[in-house]
Amino acid sequence: MNAPMTAAKEPMTTKSHREKIRISDLHAFYGESHILHGIDLSVNQGELVTLLGRNGSGRSTTLRAIMNMVGKRTGSIFINGNETINMPSHRIAHLGLGYCPEERGIFSSLNVEENLMLPPAVRSDGMSVEEIYEMFPNLAERRKSQGTRLSGGEQQMLAMARILRTGANILLLDEITEGLAPVIVQKLGEVLTKLKQRGLTIVLVEQNFRFAAPIADRHYVMEHGHIVEEIPREELEEKTELLNTYLGV
Amino acid sequence: MATFLGINLFALSGQLLIGLINGSFYALLALGLAIIFGLLKIINFSQGALYMLGAFGAYLGLNHLGLSYWWALLLVPLAIAAIGILMERTLIRPIANEDHLYSLLLTFGIALILQGLFTHWFGSSGLPYAIPEELKGGTKLPFMYLPNYRAWIIVFSLVVCAGTWYLIEKTKLGAYLRAGTENPQLMQAFGINVPLIVTLTYGFGVGLAGVAGVLAAPVYSVSPEMGSNILIVVFAIVVIGGMGSIGGAILTGLAMGVVEGLTKYFYPEASNTVIFLVMVLVILTRPAGLFGKPA
Repeated sequence: MNAPMTAAKEPMTTKSHREKIRISDLHAFYGESHILHGIDLSVNQGELVTLLGRNGSGRSTTLRAIMNMVGKRTGSIFINGNETINMPSHRIAHLGLGYCPEERGIFSSLNVEENLMLPPAVRSDGMSVEEIYEMFPNLAERRKSQGTRLSGGEQQMLAMARILRTGANILLLDEITEGLAPVIVQKLGEVLTKLKQRGLTIVLVEQNFRFAAPIADRHYVMEHGHIVEEIPREELEEKTELLNTYLGV
Repeated sequence: MATFLGINLFALSGQLLIGLINGSFYALLALGLAIIFGLLKIINFSQGALYMLGAFGAYLGLNHLGLSYWWALLLVPLAIAAIGILMERTLIRPIANEDHLYSLLLTFGIALILQGLFTHWFGSSGLPYAIPEELKGGTKLPFMYLPNYRAWIIVFSLVVCAGTWYLIEKTKLGAYLRAGTENPQLMQAFGINVPLIVTLTYGFGVGLAGVAGVLAAPVYSVSPEMGSNILIVVFAIVVIGGMGSIGGAILTGLAMGVVEGLTKYFYPEASNTVIFLVMVLVILTRPAGLFGKPA
């Protein structure tokens, strides 16, 4: 492993126990396109951190780069204290990561239950199917339906439920409220709050700032593949104007 | 002479039987192609050559190693699968991200090389392979005499096809395969070793060609050209059934065998072209195939 030994190894004992994700100087490419230009960010255990920014600022690519789903990536990504920059995608998930893609990624050739059971468990203490059906009763009712026959909201629930069952304790959620009715967005907010109470670590790419603001601990603002601002919850109020400039609201 | 409305029932049922047997081979080979196309998006032109290799495997096993038909039926498909796995890892994987035309040409080249080598070694006239003792003889049915080995071909290939269908459509492993067909990248992000599944799938798909080859050895003569002759028809069947459709490949394979058999009775001149005629009709009316999902 070509990990930067000096900086990375040192905090393993005390700090890294809390540090679930630590990214340094991450560059990501799709073919010839250079999308991320040296990202640095870290997420601690139990934190809910959002990536804010306009479309095309590199937020989704950051999540995909963490999962090694981009063409090429350089830099360093520590997950639970393990350097993953040279790890194949399928091994990264087993460090306890659950990824929910923007397009939801529900498989049309599988029914709801098959979709739910598809991802292998990555840790031992995942939610049971009963717990999941309790949290998302709609899915229980439609367990034999083809996955893509569900409504957009139900598909989003399924995409979330699927990674909760695996026991993943670091969730990467990409635009989960996009295009959904307010009542469903509210339901998702409740789910995220519950997951936070359970101690899960969450990275949320979100367009809907009103949804993200009350539940997030910290915000990273991205622009043109860089992180341009880090805003802790306490400073949110005083920096609202700045944030609005970045987001173009 | 048993006739009905001027139809010679003996001759008709004879052709139907031949049709079903050909259909069994079509189904096995089309199934292998469909599985490979579904997950790898590769049009595997070497499927016919590997079928030929299966038949030669049985022949060589018997004559050089004293391997009985039954052992051959078990071991040869495994050997063909191993060859397929080697092929996927060393030749196909490096060009997996290129245009599909490359893999098509690659597998076509492999087929030509194999066929050329076996013609060089064994000549192009067929070699005999005896029907195993246990399956010699036959059964007399009302309108026909049914040789046991031919019944065995139909039953065995149906069992293999049904087993494969069940594995893919009803099990967890099959769910991985179906999901991998749709979105391999996401599957991998879920922690599933997709490259391994791709390799094993390729091995399984060509292993089916090996099964067909061993089954064929006692009824068709074992010859280097046997694969290329049948492959074109099998491709037509995959197109009719719908690229990548598992059940479609099986049903269409059997049905087209029967259609061919019936044509042989009613209008023999068209028996070699009827499947292609069906293919043209299907492409014109249902471009995604009878069982395929429209893109």
